[in-house]
Amino acid sequence: MERLKLVLQYFQSNSESISNVICVILALVSVKLYTSFDFNCPCLPQYNKLYSLGVMIVPPIILFFLGVLVNRHTGIMMDEWMRPVGHRTKNPAAVKYLFSAMLQRALLAPMVWILVTLLDGKIFICAFSLTVDPTLFSGLPNNTGLDVIKIMAKVPCKEDVIFRNSSFPKAVSRYVRCYSQAIGWSTLLFLIVLGAVGRLVKPCIDDHGTFLQTRYWSNYLDVEQKLFDETCVLHARDFARKCVVQFFEDMREDAVIRLPYPALITNTKDEWEDEEEERLHGISKQEQMDRLLNKWYYSKPELDVTRIAHRPRTCVTWEDRDGKPLFSDV
Amino acid sequence: MDKFRMMFQFLQSNQESFMNGICGIMALASAQMYTSFEFNCPCMPEYNYTYGIGLLTIPPIWFFMLGFVMNNNVSVLAEEWKRPTGKRKKDPTILRYMFCSITQRSLIAPAVWVSVTLMDGKSFLCAFSINLDLEKITGNYSLFRGMSEAERVRLLARIPCKDLFDQQEIRVAASRYIKCFSQACGWMFLLMMTLTAFLIRAIRPCFTQAAFLKTKYWSHYIDIERKMFDDTCKEHAKSFAKVCIQQYFEGISGEIRSFHGHRSSKYDSDDEDEDKRKSDEEKLLGIRAQDDMNKVLWNWHTCKPALALRK
Repeated sequence: MERLKLVLQYFQSNSESISNVICVILALVSVKLYTSFDFNCPCLPQYNKLYSLGVMIVPPIILFFLGVLVNRHTGIMMDEWMRPVGHRTKNPAAVKYLFSAMLQRALLAPMVWILVTLLDGKIFICAFSLTVDPTLFSGLPNNTGLDVIKIMAKVPCKEDVIFRNSSFPKAVSRYVRCYSQAIGWSTLLFLIVLGAVGRLVKPCIDDHGTFLQTRYWSNYLDVEQKLFDETCVLHARDFARKCVVQFFEDMREDAVIRLPYPALITNTKDEWEDEEEERLHGISKQEQMDRLLNKWYYSKPELDVTRIAHRPRTCVTWEDRDGKPLFSDV
Repeated sequence: MDKFRMMFQFLQSNQESFMNGICGIMALASAQMYTSFEFNCPCMPEYNYTYGIGLLTIPPIWFFMLGFVMNNNVSVLAEEWKRPTGKRKKDPTILRYMFCSITQRSLIAPAVWVSVTLMDGKSFLCAFSINLDLEKITGNYSLFRGMSEAERVRLLARIPCKDLFDQQEIRVAASRYIKCFSQACGWMFLLMMTLTAFLIRAIRPCFTQAAFLKTKYWSHYIDIERKMFDDTCKEHAKSFAKVCIQQYFEGISGEIRSFHGHRSSKYDSDDEDEDKRKSDEEKLLGIRAQDDMNKVLWNWHTCKPALALRK
């Protein structure tokens, strides 16, 4: 259990590795979808090509959009691109980096689908059996009364009655599958070579220093967003707890509330109350919270945290009814 | 047992991930239900279409409503909608946000059913076999020679049933044709759903991001506040019960002591008991009578407190 927690914590801390894992899972889903999809060639001249190319193109488009949707970087990139400038200048290099990272990850699952399609060959057979020259093969059924086009269109459906005791459809299928697999392997080789060349040549083209900066600030944006969401969640929890306790205490009998302030003011608050007050960070009203959330979008703060290291402590002064100070933190 | 408790706690703590889990389980249940359901086309002209289309549309409606039932946020939404204003204003954008997120999650299982049904093709075959132009598909123009219109329709209606239709090649060609059409519809449906989701999720930040942050925070707050209130009530009830019972025992022991006239050292409290009693009293937060507690619970709904903490 400890090991599982450590592994989960490692993955959660590193947002890039989570994106990679999700990307791989989507690629596996793509393969599973292909194997469980019941490919059903219509075996009619007018519809074969349309159906096959449809099955080869529409699922990759769907997988691409799914890949963009589940990627966390999409939201961060859109946020950084669309936000008003506020106190913080925009970082177009980070936006470009996030966009290219998101695009690369989103393209993996569609590529996997197309490659699996090509290597399997069914779709190519369905689409291009019409264009094969039947004279290359022997055994073309010539007693059915159908014309050649219609017979070639039926080749993907090997169990059809016109092909009984004939090896013609198997021969044509093997021929077309050959082509399909050749194209598949060439595409795979091309993609791998492209990736390798890109990796090797990039340090020569891009300035590595700028790249390190861009990568750092992209990661920073991601972490900042996550921490903001977490802080909001914790704040909401403490706000709710205090609101509920305050509500209960307000329903007390009047007599208790009218007790005067104790003569001796001491810091007898429990430790856990102190911690809770700290977590609220002084935001204790709906209007304050609304203003905070509005400002977070319209006027993001500058990237400078030296102030918090040296902030002055908030001091409280208790005064009695005449204005005479009884006790002061100052 | 410990492992299960930790998993359960983790899921419960993060309400969104819990709902996503339920959503995923329902989608899988929907796919499993389709595969284990025995499709049984009536193969009669009057009922084919109703059965085929009914099977495509009614289970999704059922799954959609089940999604609403299983979602905890529905009661939170209803409560927030119907409560009197009290000291706290109502925000219609929060209600809209909660309704949208509940609807989005409930739409996944129906979408899975519809796409699996379309990809499989049986329901389209059952519904549309009557409308087929068999002669054009098979190229065999002598199929219906000498048949009346009614007989032709009855023959076409029998296509989905393997055992009722004799000419297997024609049946196979026709079912291939319709299945191909059904799968094309299925892929188009998936493409539309994905594009819609993409437009909503990826393009929305262009328009309403600031307002979105606000509504997300306050709808999460409402959920947490409700949980905190329930937890506080439970703790209060426990402390109330403890103090009530302590007082009863002390009262009885006082009576018994005065009756028997001898002292008992059993109820002399040591420091630990005193501390425990003090903390129980503190947990009561000043509410010590049934009428007061009833007032607390009544006012929580009719007059919710303002969102402004006193320091």
